[in-house]
Amino acid sequence: MSSTSSHGGAAPYYFVPGPSRWPLLAGLSMLVTMIGASAWVNDASWGPAANLIGILGTITVLYFWFGDAIKESEGGLYSQRIDHSYRWSMSWFIFSEVMFFGAFFGALFYARTISMPWLGDLDHKFIWPDYAPHWGGATPAGTVEEFRTMGPFPIPTINTALLLTSGVTLTIAHHALRAGHRAQTALWLFATIVLGAVFMGFQAYEYHHAYTELNLKLTSGIYGSTFFMLTGFHGFHVTMGAIMLSVVLYRVLKGHFTPDNHFAFEGAAWYWHFVDVVWLGLYVVVYWL
Amino acid sequence: MSTTTLDHGHDHDHAHDHAHDHPHGPARWLFATNHKDIGTLYLWFSFIMLLSGGVLALMIRTELFKPGLQFFQPEFFNQLTTMHGLVMVFGAIMPAFVGFANWMIPLQIGASDMAFARMNNFSFWLLPPAAILLATSFLAPGGATAAGWTLYAPLSTQMGPGMDMAIFAMHLMGASSIMGSINIIVTILNMRAPGMTLMKMPMFCWTWLITAYLLIAVMPVLAGAITMTLTDRHFGTSFFNAAAGGDPVMYQHIFWFFGHPEVYIMILPAFGIVSQILPAFARKQLFGYASMVYATASIAILSFIVWAHHMFTTGMPVTSQLFFMYATMLIAVPTGVKVFNWIATMWRGSMTFETPMLFAVGFIFVFTIGGFTGLILAVTPIDIQLQDTYYVVAHFHYVLVAGSLFALFAGFYYWSPKWTGHMYNETMGKTHFWLSLITFNVTFFPMHFLGLAGMPRRYADYSAQFTDFNMVATIGAFGFGLSQVFFLFFVILPTIRGGKKAEAKPWEGAEGLEWTVPSPAPFHTFETPPEFK
Amino acid sequence: ADTATGTYNAATGGTGGPVAGELTLQPPATQIATEVYSLHNWMMGVCLVIFIAVFGVMFYSIFKHRKSLGHKPATFHESTAVEVAWTIVPFLIVIGMALPATRTVVGMKDTSNADITIKVTGMQWKWGYDYLKGEGEGISFLSNLSTPRAQVGAPGFEPTEKRGDNYLMEVDNEVVVPVHRKIRLITTANDVIHSWSIPAFAVKQDAIPGFVRDTWFKAEHTGIFRGYCSELCGKEHAFMPIVVRVVSDADYKVWVDGKKKEMAALADDPTKTWTIDELKTKGEKVYSTNCVACHQANGRGMPATYPALDGSPVVTGPKAEQINVLLHGKKSGKYPVEMPSWKQLSDTDIAAVITYTRNSWTNKAEENIVQPAEVVAARK
Ligand code: HEA
Ligand code: HEA
Ligand code: HEC
Ligand code: CUA
Ligand SMILES: [Cu+2]
Repeated sequence: MSSTSSHGGAAPYYFVPGPSRWPLLAGLSMLVTMIGASAWVNDASWGPAANLIGILGTITVLYFWFGDAIKESEGGLYSQRIDHSYRWSMSWFIFSEVMFFGAFFGALFYARTISMPWLGDLDHKFIWPDYAPHWGGATPAGTVEEFRTMGPFPIPTINTALLLTSGVTLTIAHHALRAGHRAQTALWLFATIVLGAVFMGFQAYEYHHAYTELNLKLTSGIYGSTFFMLTGFHGFHVTMGAIMLSVVLYRVLKGHFTPDNHFAFEGAAWYWHFVDVVWLGLYVVVYWL
Repeated sequence: MSTTTLDHGHDHDHAHDHAHDHPHGPARWLFATNHKDIGTLYLWFSFIMLLSGGVLALMIRTELFKPGLQFFQPEFFNQLTTMHGLVMVFGAIMPAFVGFANWMIPLQIGASDMAFARMNNFSFWLLPPAAILLATSFLAPGGATAAGWTLYAPLSTQMGPGMDMAIFAMHLMGASSIMGSINIIVTILNMRAPGMTLMKMPMFCWTWLITAYLLIAVMPVLAGAITMTLTDRHFGTSFFNAAAGGDPVMYQHIFWFFGHPEVYIMILPAFGIVSQILPAFARKQLFGYASMVYATASIAILSFIVWAHHMFTTGMPVTSQLFFMYATMLIAVPTGVKVFNWIATMWRGSMTFETPMLFAVGFIFVFTIGGFTGLILAVTPIDIQLQDTYYVVAHFHYVLVAGSLFALFAGFYYWSPKWTGHMYNETMGKTHFWLSLITFNVTFFPMHFLGLAGMPRRYADYSAQFTDFNMVATIGAFGFGLSQVFFLFFVILPTIRGGKKAEAKPWEGAEGLEWTVPSPAPFHTFETPPEFK
Repeated sequence: ADTATGTYNAATGGTGGPVAGELTLQPPATQIATEVYSLHNWMMGVCLVIFIAVFGVMFYSIFKHRKSLGHKPATFHESTAVEVAWTIVPFLIVIGMALPATRTVVGMKDTSNADITIKVTGMQWKWGYDYLKGEGEGISFLSNLSTPRAQVGAPGFEPTEKRGDNYLMEVDNEVVVPVHRKIRLITTANDVIHSWSIPAFAVKQDAIPGFVRDTWFKAEHTGIFRGYCSELCGKEHAFMPIVVRVVSDADYKVWVDGKKKEMAALADDPTKTWTIDELKTKGEKVYSTNCVACHQANGRGMPATYPALDGSPVVTGPKAEQINVLLHGKKSGKYPVEMPSWKQLSDTDIAAVITYTRNSWTNKAEENIVQPAEVVAARK
């Protein structure tokens, strides 16, 4: 391992890891994942298997990769400056996620406030004589099966409460960690993860309800497209956040982190709060408006 | 930047100090965590992609040598055009700049490496998989995607599996860019040597800092757009299908919200390289450093509000057309500031014209032509006349080939002594420059006339009236292609294999920390940060 | 060349299409095009002046301030005054460029008070025209490339016919409009985005599926004007040109009368019973203008993209299904593309092409003839 010149046991000025096989393996796993995905969406029989192998491969590689990083961190190789690097990187990563959601929020905005009235205006009577623009109503060609829209009550509101509460419990856990109360940290962290899981449970129930009772599907025109893609990507991010928090919980239980050095915790927490904020956006523009 | 002094205490020991952990064999490259090695990987990858994309371009030019369908069916021709665009943009130009960033940013700011060495390698190792997906998509049923590099819906929904492979390849390249950018930003913000304030930082680092910001802001948006395309294709969503309430033009808005900043992503680092080279060979400080920084930032910010100049013919409301026209034209102002500052840097300098300087000056000259045609396209009524004609093709090859690519060449000649430890052969370098400059113009200048006369782009066949200029362009293209083969065999390879030993600072007027380390730069540099005054 | 018709040629020297060796925009034939033409000249002029000024300075410096001439470097490296100056001056220049353009933008968008309104539909790979309002109302036709494939050639096969002057910019049915009349075009598309453009009119308007957009022109000259589909729309993108014939009011009347009669004749046809040979001969023409692009002249289609009609169960089986496919298109999901609907074709054309496909190549369908009346019945 080619660490930089060490200064009598203290962390090096900036620790640079030596050669590592993980990035290459992760790249190859992603190749398998993507080939599998391309085959899958085109109904090739081997697609799902290849895709799954790729994803499992990626997860395995990441497991070992993060394992290395955790070892280095716990081994005292990370200086304050590295901690700063992690902070910066997590912030910029979250910014990129914001922009990703931005694309879908933008699509919802555009489709609803620009395309929809446009499709319903006088000129478009040439093409869609019977179309009456109404968000969540019939589509221009009228080919989409009738469906009902999803309102804010009760599930989305409960979910809002759940996520907001989870933000609070997470903050309590953080305070506990800073005060050095490890058991409390674990407890509140656990509570946060449970709240996230319950959220996902409700979300799954909501989808089921949409499909079976409202006839609201991914194929329900632009309403269904934006509804499911926005809430779906959000749900995916909640899952990711919950996994991050679980890893952090595991590390807390293993005795990692100190009251002033626990970036992994904070990074996961930032991510969780970000997911929270996205939900508030969804709650307003998808369910209320 | 004023003077560069170095705390020489550390400098001598690390060259031998770490000889023992210098990895060897294939593992050195496969498992690399060293920014220089990863930079080299990026550079080779992008050069190979340049040749591949170039071969596709030559196939396009061969078919277009004269009217009629000589060599390729139109559907294959469209695949060539699409793949040429994708390969050049995402495979050649962008990774080449990342390669430069990897090599030079740590050396320029006095950092020991990139902030996240393993993630750095991961960013790289996502690119070959993406390239494999793109290349093999030619073999998919129905062939590669033929919807143009812009992948407009709903044409993109009509494509075969090759389209999905392209979408997934772009996801990978996007992830690579985002991670690479995070790495670059963090390195610059967090790892500068003591004393190097942001406003003392070399221009190349500044332009990359801003570019990385643009990348993080827009790559996810592209990912969103192509994900919607994917779900429209396979999962029954209707983002871009009017019959179910979607809108094909919405795709264009999302795409160009990415696409326009993307073109500045491909030019800002080029501005940075040129801003390093001109002062070195004029032996005079960069004129107006601060205003250069502000101009770069202004270009970046403006780039977010001009996207719909690619969409004037979609029929937007008149107010939108006017807004986007004005906003686009404004970009000429900060870009002009850059050009004027460069010329003021040269003014009353003491210039010599080694190859890097030739390419840098050539860049300014030819890029400005491309900038002017851009400005002409920004005028809505003229754009409506010229949109989707060869005038646009001429415009963007002037800014991309004579802009981005020439700056990359300039940077290669300037920094290759540091990379390889050898001086390239000056005669060969100059020959490469003059060949490239002349054949470039022979290829692309006539395209302006074709476009003005009305020849549409993405056409596999054309009316006989366009024949003469197309023949000239094709001949020029082969000349330009051969010039790059010349570059490979008479410049790159000989310089790697041998040649005059390069001194630590081969250029009399060059400044910056990168010249304080030996040539070739040792495997580890600046493990303890230098003192920068 | 036979492009030189009408007063446009006499007044401008233009041909209505591109001219070999032309270095600038085609000569304008509308007020808007004239404005665009002079805008372009104005922009070129200003850019040229800036270019010469900027690079004059640069080359002066390159020639004088060389080390080899013993020039010593100056030490200046900033000046707020010049930075401000070269920010403000270009800003003013840009305003000078944008202002005259603004008027033209507004003018281009003003589609009110049109004399004639025509709906233009882009299709893979031809144009459909419906005269909606004004003189000629009710006229409707499809417009296909009329350059024979034998002039194009194919990879490995030299063209067998000599190319004409209007290679790839001639069509079977031209759009005909009267001179000095404001024509409003409403564009839309059936499948993907196309773009309707005539350079001499400075008109280019995307045709977007499911949406309508509009634009307008008012030709100042009679003559024939040629343009191309200007948005990538699939493989035959280069083969769907646009031709507009601008005629005097009197000639326009004549054309409208003729066209109406022609359409009436077509509409009458369905009652007539055709012989199989008549249908096959007519069908072959319909096939080669409309179907070859996808199903190919040999009826074998293209693997994984377009199905073969040669041997297809739809073509050899019961005819009702084939009539249905022709009228409503087909999207089975087996191919990346869909079979468009051909309901704009006349009943006779549809009957003819079906009959043709049922008796061509190796096909010997049992139900080997379809009469126009059957298509009429199926349309209901
Ligand atoms: C490196 C890439 C790059 C760069 C830097 C630019 C720079 C610019 N581009 Fe370009 N552009 C592309 C890459 C790039 N472009 C690509 C790839 C496409 C096509 C995409 C596709 O459809 O496939 C495109 C297309 C494109 C269009 C759409 C054309 C169409 O499809 O109809 C337009 C329209 O406004 C445009 C405008 C501009 C402008 C105004 C600039 C400005 O930034 C230029 C500014 C520079 C100058 C003006 C010169 C220097 C200035 C001075 C010397 C100061 C004094 C000058 C004055 C006051 C006039 N570009
Ligand atoms: C980003 C950079 C970039 C670069 C560098 C280039 C480089 C070139 N481009 Fe490219 N081009 C684009 C970006 C770029 N292009 C984009 C974005 C499009 C739009 C695509 C679309 O419409 O969707 C486009 C479209 C485009 C078209 C229009 C196609 C159409 O509309 O149908 C044409 C036509 O002439 C063209 C030509 C060329 C040529 C001749 C070069 C030359 O510079 C290439 C020089 C050649 C080489 C460098 C190859 C050298 C190699 C050999 C000679 C073989 C040696 C082999 C071995 C060593 C094994 N390009
Ligand atoms: C844009 C390309 C295109 C054009 C032009 C076209 N077709 Fe097709 N056609 C298709 C495609 C694609 C299918 C397959 C549809 C499916 O199964 O989803 C098809 C299917 C068919 C079928 C059914 C064949 C089968 O086995 O399922 C018939 C019959 C047919 N076309 C006849 C015609 C005729 C006659 C014309 C000309 C008037 C024509 N097509 C023009 C693309 C085209
Ligand atoms: Cu229709 Cu291009
Ligand atoms: Cu742009």
